[in-house]
Amino acid sequence: MSYIAVVDYGAGNLMSVANTLKYLGYESKIAQDTQTIENAAGVVLPGVGAFPDAMKALSESGLTNAVKTAAKTKPFLGICLGMQMLFDSSNEVRECEGLGLLSGNISRIETDLILPQIGWNELEILRPNVLTKGLKNGDHVYFVHSFMANPKNAEDLACVTDYGAKVPAMVAKDNLFGCQFHPEKSGEIGLKIIKNFVELTEVKQ
Amino acid sequence: MLAKRIIPCLDVKDGRVVKGVNFVGLRDAGDPVELAKFYSEQGADEIVFLDITATSDERDTIADVVARTCREVFVPLTVGGGIRTIEDFKDILRAGADKISINSSAVKTPDLINDAASRYGSQCVVVAMDARVNTNMPSGYEIFVAGGRKATGIDAVAWAKEVYQRGAGEILLTSMDKDGTKSGFDLDLTNKVCEVAKIPVIASGGCGNLEHFAEVFQKTNATAALAASLFHYGELTISQVKNYLKECNISVR
Repeated sequence: MSYIAVVDYGAGNLMSVANTLKYLGYESKIAQDTQTIENAAGVVLPGVGAFPDAMKALSESGLTNAVKTAAKTKPFLGICLGMQMLFDSSNEVRECEGLGLLSGNISRIETDLILPQIGWNELEILRPNVLTKGLKNGDHVYFVHSFMANPKNAEDLACVTDYGAKVPAMVAKDNLFGCQFHPEKSGEIGLKIIKNFVELTEVKQ
Repeated sequence: MLAKRIIPCLDVKDGRVVKGVNFVGLRDAGDPVELAKFYSEQGADEIVFLDITATSDERDTIADVVARTCREVFVPLTVGGGIRTIEDFKDILRAGADKISINSSAVKTPDLINDAASRYGSQCVVVAMDARVNTNMPSGYEIFVAGGRKATGIDAVAWAKEVYQRGAGEILLTSMDKDGTKSGFDLDLTNKVCEVAKIPVIASGGCGNLEHFAEVFQKTNATAALAASLFHYGELTISQVKNYLKECNISVR
């Protein structure tokens, strides 16, 4: 049976993502081993907390290579810190290497507004993709973060949001997607995004 | 632009919603899951469960409520009430809550804020504070704990600054003087707290009508407003509040 793997390396909002998939009628598995990732039709990489801790936890879980391979070969969605981890590096806490699947780095949001950005902000769709199907400019999604991605390639940047600075909200490159916001906490709009993602894999319950 | 958030708060005791909640069309008005879903569909930006169960061995009950809610409600969920240790944080977060609100336990053990923030991230640590006017305090407001029954001698604004510096991600600020009066949020208190704490502040206590919601967003830097009975008794719906705020050119979802 085909399923979506939700990568469990001890630093994520796993249940929220798994709950969303189940609610939408899709099969998912919490992946704690390489095989569960390898056999999945699609992969979600969640993430909460600080960048170096998450990279370390992923490495210690022995899943880094499986995650990298999956990101190059099947529909793959990084959420929040899981999106940031797709990039080359971050200077959160200290300079730390990321997965290097997207070019660019992660740095603190340069804004006069208070950090973290917590709450619902509007999407500005720069480059429509399969995940933004059915979405429109101004749709609200839920953000919780202080750091942001700086994609080197403009074509990887799908959506931004305005938080006193243009903050990357969604990145997309072939089958690889990342959301800085939490689609699993973004009500109807978020459900639509996750549904769009899973439809790439044809996973049915 | 970041939308101002409207947050309903549900008091939960022994796994049931207390206070007279009664809406047409609800199968079970005492079921926290069903009410959370109802509010979420109305446009609530987050849901807060305040567990007012007296004993701490009831932790499993609220964890179960949280787990069931998260299967059907896809907006952020904050849980407060009786959370004393980092273990409690773990249990409730694991059940699916996005944020934990601490009040008395933060006053008693301020290091809990630091510990929880470094373990789980500031974004999930909400410090709730109940403040009451006391002219002997430097700011004019004193912190009360134990559900507002016990004075602490702690200055409310100094405490707000401290919790911010310790790593809290948000402050849920309740004016005890205003709570239940329907005379509007305490703008002075909210402004004083927003000034020292460079984190989102949720204003609570005193809201009685649509204008009060607009006022707190126009006259303070609060990023969210919380109300309970106003919504529970059906005096206002969340969509009414949002529509009104939109008319006032305040950014809402």
